[in-house]
Amino acid sequence: MADIFTKIGNLDRRIIFVLIALSVIIPILTDLIIPNIVGAEPSRDLFEFVDSLPPGSNVIISFDYDPSTMPELQPMAEAVVRHLFEKGHKIIGMALWPQGAALGQDAMSSLSDSLGKEQYQDWVNLGYKTGGGVMIVRLGTSMRAIFPTDRDNVPWSEIPMLQGINNLDDIQLVISLSAGDPGIIAWVMMAGDRYDIPIGGGCTAVSAPQLYTYLQTEQMVGLLGGLKGAADYETLVGIDNGQAIRGMSPQSVAHIAIMLFIIIGNVAYFMQKKRGGAR
Amino acid sequence: MRLIIPLAITFTSGMIMILNFFIPHQPFALLGDNLQEWYMIVASGAIFLGAANLLHVHFRKIRLKLKNWKYSPVTIVGFLVMIILGLFYGVTENLPFDYLFMNMVAPMGATMFSLLAFFVASAAFRAFRASNWRATLLLTSAFLVMLGQVPIGAMIWDKIPLAKVWLMAIPNTAGQRAVMIGAAMGVVATSLRMIFGIERSYLGGAD
Repeated sequence: MADIFTKIGNLDRRIIFVLIALSVIIPILTDLIIPNIVGAEPSRDLFEFVDSLPPGSNVIISFDYDPSTMPELQPMAEAVVRHLFEKGHKIIGMALWPQGAALGQDAMSSLSDSLGKEQYQDWVNLGYKTGGGVMIVRLGTSMRAIFPTDRDNVPWSEIPMLQGINNLDDIQLVISLSAGDPGIIAWVMMAGDRYDIPIGGGCTAVSAPQLYTYLQTEQMVGLLGGLKGAADYETLVGIDNGQAIRGMSPQSVAHIAIMLFIIIGNVAYFMQKKRGGAR
Repeated sequence: MRLIIPLAITFTSGMIMILNFFIPHQPFALLGDNLQEWYMIVASGAIFLGAANLLHVHFRKIRLKLKNWKYSPVTIVGFLVMIILGLFYGVTENLPFDYLFMNMVAPMGATMFSLLAFFVASAAFRAFRASNWRATLLLTSAFLVMLGQVPIGAMIWDKIPLAKVWLMAIPNTAGQRAVMIGAAMGVVATSLRMIFGIERSYLGGAD
């Protein structure tokens, strides 16, 4: 019996890898759907804030992530863009991360086609600009100075939806979808605190704990944390079988698998300790 | 002079930005705007420096046949292909650059990050031990957050998501805030030391 616990304690990590892979693959192949229930989460706060904006509001979505965090953040981007389009708001896309501009373009253009929205009338992608927080401060005095053209080199003056927009005072909400720095914190500090612009956001699950401080102080109007946040938003918007909702099943099973590993590891540890073998 | 000029530039730039924050009127507003634009230009220049450095490191690796040098040609070819396609065809949708980005770079980037799940599981199995009451508290919190972060948690017991929100909003926030306030005070202190020339390590060790 004692040998079993020693063997378990020294389990080959390749076995763990295979079991984790199976815990993700099987729910995907079997189309397992676990219904997502949205409670009193910060994701609901963001949804309700967007809902409460008057139609035609100007909303910045800052795509501050890259492909590595795309599985968590792209479903958020698509759900948020869909909600904004459905409520009749104007979307100004930009990115503090170089690769975020292309991912934002993908989210906005694919949904604008299906929802009958037009580029330059209902949405625009200004692209990536370097500078992070400093760039955001400069947006507070002149957005046109920072983005004389959009991502496709169309001049600001030729984009109808941007006429009448000078600086951050003309923006009703900023939503930063962020995988790190620069991202939500830069927007909160530079646009939210300095220019009093409401800030919402979406982030990876590992970043969410840090951002809860800004929710409590009401420096943020809402937050989508990880794939669960994206699934919540999809549920609230009414997207059936969205990417994030489908992702909840493999993630549920994987979390259970990791917890089982921790329990088994602890049982083996305590049994070995009982024998005086564990350190 | 090698010391005085950089210190003078740092002092002047730092003071302009501080005055611009507290007195947002001319001439500080204009000077602040200009300095912010200079910062963005310098930061853009750093991108070229990074690209040049990438090529330098990988060409050197190939030339000296250092460990894993066989991957370096792939990096260089990929880098050059993307640069050439971006420069000659542009980066707009449905063009070669965008096609390669969405169909190669994006899936490969997502795949690399997803490997984290495997290492997290392996590390948790080996290192996450309830060896004392503090570790047990952390373990219990982790279980509640992991269950609350997925719908299966609410199916097991509908109070689990509420427990997760409470853990994140109260104990977590208290700890995070302490760290953030400490870090922010450190940033303010270091910035002031640099502006007033007390901290000079950024000059490359010159006294």
